[in-house]
Amino acid sequence: MANFDESAILKRVFSYILLIALAVVILAPFFIGIWASFLPTMDIAKGDLFSTNVSFNNYVSAFTKTPILRYLANTVVIATVTMFAQLIFCSMSAYAFVFLKFKYQKTIFSLFLITMMLPFEAEIIPNFATIKSMGLLDNYAALIIPFLTSAFGTFMLRQSFMQTPAELKEASDIEGLNHFQFYWHIVLPYNKISMITLGAYSFLGAWNQYLWPMLTTFSNNSRVIQNGLKQLQSEETFNDWGMIQASAAIIVIPTIIVLFVGQHYFKSGMNEGAVK
Amino acid sequence: MSTVLTNICKKYDSDKTVLSNVSTEIQTGEFFVIVGPSGCGKSTLLRMIAGLTPITDGEIRINDKVVNDLPPKDRNLTMVFQSYALFPFLSVWDNVAFGLKARNNNSQADIEERVNNALRMVNLEELKDRKPRELSGGQRQRVALARAVASDAKICLMDEPLSNLDAQLRIKMRQEIYALQRKLGLTLIYVTHDQVEAMTMADHIMVLHDSKVQQIGTPTEIYKKPANEFVASFFGVPPINILPAIKTAGKTVNVNDDFQVKIDQQVPTDSFKIGIRPNELMIEEADELSANASIRTIEFLGDEKIVYAKMNNNDIEVAAIVASDAQFKAYDTIKVTSSDNVLVFNNEGVNITKNAEDAVNA
Repeated sequence: MANFDESAILKRVFSYILLIALAVVILAPFFIGIWASFLPTMDIAKGDLFSTNVSFNNYVSAFTKTPILRYLANTVVIATVTMFAQLIFCSMSAYAFVFLKFKYQKTIFSLFLITMMLPFEAEIIPNFATIKSMGLLDNYAALIIPFLTSAFGTFMLRQSFMQTPAELKEASDIEGLNHFQFYWHIVLPYNKISMITLGAYSFLGAWNQYLWPMLTTFSNNSRVIQNGLKQLQSEETFNDWGMIQASAAIIVIPTIIVLFVGQHYFKSGMNEGAVK
Repeated sequence: MSTVLTNICKKYDSDKTVLSNVSTEIQTGEFFVIVGPSGCGKSTLLRMIAGLTPITDGEIRINDKVVNDLPPKDRNLTMVFQSYALFPFLSVWDNVAFGLKARNNNSQADIEERVNNALRMVNLEELKDRKPRELSGGQRQRVALARAVASDAKICLMDEPLSNLDAQLRIKMRQEIYALQRKLGLTLIYVTHDQVEAMTMADHIMVLHDSKVQQIGTPTEIYKKPANEFVASFFGVPPINILPAIKTAGKTVNVNDDFQVKIDQQVPTDSFKIGIRPNELMIEEADELSANASIRTIEFLGDEKIVYAKMNNNDIEVAAIVASDAQFKAYDTIKVTSSDNVLVFNNEGVNITKNAEDAVNA
């Protein structure tokens, strides 16, 4: 009996040690980065990570000496517009695939899916040529238009819409709702969780864009935050690592907020009680 | 002022017939039950009346207007679904108000009054701010009912509304639905597979089987004068015993070679079938020589017992209702006899009982 208890405890201790070690490995870079953002650059350069000269100076200089605010504003606008555009267009096309009956429905949907198989890198040259010929380089539009809709979003929402009970559609037909009313008053609220998931996904996707904005933007007027961060590093002859680290910390904050807010909605059981 | 179905047909893929030639007239204000085993097309028929499923052939008239091509909303009816179809993100109150708001031709005050009245009628006033997920099955069912009650439509369609409830609640809701229907004077078209629901609530019953209408009639007619073997065995618990029979001398008929009954009518000279309700069968203990059956199982129901026995000939099993204090046990050998109150079916299963009413009332 005693032996059994001991081995159970050992097992538990061992698994906790393993979990803690893995958590440290994953989280350490993140916390070192945040910690470093509070240290003077001189201390960082010396490798003195346990310095006690903690201050907000890096954050102050990030905001005052660099155009990071402008970058942030650019990114917020672009990410927000992209998110809402994707929510609207993806949900509407998903609605059509689920609730409307038309010819070649499956074929068209397959075409949709095929675009998902194509990596974005493969589309860069044609997209760049298109944007350039439209004269939209170095403009918000260049960063928004290619991402107005996404095959993945349509696919995801379609799967979710298909779970909407058919009775709700029939009940709406009897009450005389037209397609738009059904879409707006029933399908969207019913699939709120998927909408929030897609919203968070597309917002973060837009927020973390790097390659495409690097190719299509050249001025601070439209440069987004990820490219701006890189800019901070190369503009200076001497890299102010403390400040760069502070900027990096600033730009992860929205990501964390989105995930945090999103998490609140990812509770199961929201749609319980619709049928049965 | 009635709902008339004329030769309604439904086919899928041109060869699979779901319903053929369904015709009936449903009077305004009556409780009309469509009953049949699963897969007989009863839900399809209801959906066609609602306009959710197009009809292949025939004509549906509501209040003297052909509605074949009208969308559901213009048919002025409501529907209660088997799964309730509540909107999970709306409160009980909003769920009930949803249809009224969607129709857009009611004033705010009117909507409020209707919804509150409907909720009062189904006893859900205290729960009006809850979400469907915070309600029990019976309460959700009541919300769905309230939705039908609040509507000003006079025709209400129900598709097996009680099948998700437990037995006790089902009896309670059955009475509530019946009371509501009477109180509001609704024309209620009700689909169920449960013959007890059909018998207890209906003014008229339509029995569907094999994509055809088997019989339309009042519960009494259906039970006492079933059109055929199927209808006879669908209604009544336990089901009617159907046994092969041959005419012997005079009015006497030899049933399954096991016992005899007297029938006062013409019967086919060759073979035919006799239907005997379980309460018309009599059994008594008998020794091996005079016995014609042996008991299989006995179900004790409190005020009575159901004895399932196997006849000696043809391996036919019969059910008989006996008094609850009758002392039988499994494997007893018994002698089964019947009263003369029986139904006669020809070999095609059609009821050929003469003067069935007199026979039953005798």
